[in-house]
Amino acid sequence: MIREKIFRLVLKFSGLIITVILMAVFATLLYKSLPSIRHSGLAFLYTGIWDPVADEYGALPFLIGTLVTSFLALFISLPFSLSISIFLGEYYKNGFFSNALKTIIELLAGIPSVIYGFWGLFVLVPIIQQFQLKLGIIPYGVGMFTSAIILSIMIIPYSASISKEVINMVPADLKEAAYSLGATRYEVIRKISLPYAKSGIFAGILLSLGRALGETMAVTMVIGNRNSIPKSLFDPANTMASIIANEFAEASTNLYHSTLIQIGLVLFVVTALISFAGKKIIKKMKRDIG
Amino acid sequence: MEDKGIRFRIIKDRMFFLFIVFFSLLCAAPLFLIFYYLVKNGLSSISLDFLLNLPKPVGEEGGGLANAIAGTLLLIVLASVISIPVGVTAGIYLSENKKSRTASYVRMFAEILQGVPSIVIGIFVYLWVVVPLGGFSAVSGAIALAVMMLPVIVRSTEETLNLLPYSLKEASMALGVPYYRTIIKVILPTGFSGILTGVLLSIARISGETAPLLFTAFGNPFWSLDITRPISCLPLEIYQYAMSPFPEWHKMAWGASFVLIVIVLLLNIFSKLGAKKWKVQY
Repeated sequence: MIREKIFRLVLKFSGLIITVILMAVFATLLYKSLPSIRHSGLAFLYTGIWDPVADEYGALPFLIGTLVTSFLALFISLPFSLSISIFLGEYYKNGFFSNALKTIIELLAGIPSVIYGFWGLFVLVPIIQQFQLKLGIIPYGVGMFTSAIILSIMIIPYSASISKEVINMVPADLKEAAYSLGATRYEVIRKISLPYAKSGIFAGILLSLGRALGETMAVTMVIGNRNSIPKSLFDPANTMASIIANEFAEASTNLYHSTLIQIGLVLFVVTALISFAGKKIIKKMKRDIG
Repeated sequence: MEDKGIRFRIIKDRMFFLFIVFFSLLCAAPLFLIFYYLVKNGLSSISLDFLLNLPKPVGEEGGGLANAIAGTLLLIVLASVISIPVGVTAGIYLSENKKSRTASYVRMFAEILQGVPSIVIGIFVYLWVVVPLGGFSAVSGAIALAVMMLPVIVRSTEETLNLLPYSLKEASMALGVPYYRTIIKVILPTGFSGILTGVLLSIARISGETAPLLFTAFGNPFWSLDITRPISCLPLEIYQYAMSPFPEWHKMAWGASFVLIVIVLLLNIFSKLGAKKWKVQY
């Protein structure tokens, strides 16, 4: 009986470790960013000057950088991820084509982000430079647009796999009813499957947004690392994750450190809320069906 | 349905199908481009010298990444040692307490932890391990990686065990086997292949992680397997070499990327093979 109890305690304890880690991350970040919160207050979020030497810390350029790259990436990836989920969820549920595409998606998801960044820097950046020369703008090559392209490739697998799952959950009798009324496949997908799976697809997009917001290495390598507010899509910029990656190890003063930690705190809270909401939506959808 | 000609509707259907196929297949393009460049530029930098030597300073020919390869393996082993026991037991806990309220919170926290950006995990480990130990170290890098692995292992273990039939446990209990022995001797071995797959996939995921290592493992140009000292690893080397202005170093980065992608691919293949090989029929 004692062994039994110990065993159950060990199980419970390991579950608690996860809880403690998550709470500790939040508490530590909050505590360590207090000096910065006291110093800058809310102005932190809307001032655009980042000058650690003069103790001026405005995170607005990074907020803009993060939001622009993430949403642009989401926008670019949308037709691809939706197509893949319809391809796998409606047209080819199994068989050779389905397996081939699934393998491609798995491999895309498996490539480390540092390799995406490296490849982007040496292959994509020169292409973008040519493109910018043709457009007659300064050919930085690196910048928000390049980051968004790399990010969109990286998030396609996430939203595609989640949307595929929810499109698979659409009850067959609903679709069969539409077919029996003479609907074409396009009409079934457009009027039955997609509306039915709407909230799940939204959750998939939300979760991939969470990925994009927090993605660090690939973005750090191709965004150009400039700390001022970007004026065009092609400008070099910085995101919240990339500013931490670039400056955390070099931050010299306490306040400087604390500010970077505060940026980390914002990232943590936003991504935590996004994954919480995304999972809730999917769970609700599963419950409504099952 | 709206009143439109059937021919128009069929054409629309066909166009839609072509659109879907086109966009789906276009996703293969970046993958092939990445592999093409990795093989083209990476394979030529790989040699015995590359795999067995230490990096040389700029300007000198040759040199290799033996320290980074060893460092990557050491970090993976350390992270696995830390996170596999905790992750698997937590997974058992979740699957054994499906209805408990505490368990549902733990499940939710694990899901949130999985979504936390890796750079934030890096800050957390920096504050809790690097600062108290007084410097960058391999062990702090391993802890950061372990935190990243944990939710993946928990989730895959739970999902695997949830698929096992309840009769299996009942049969064992009916024979008078105590609960904890049932779990250890019946449930775990039956779910072994699934748990192994999850563990290997989580290793594949962290083996290329860079962001949390920037200010934990930090990197080291010398040979070191001391876990209290900074250590080099492939992702960090790729980052440093790629951002440097020297063409020789870029070549090293291609080589390192090639080695890293081979490691990641092998882990993926092993996880698939392992899932088949140790699958228990019941």
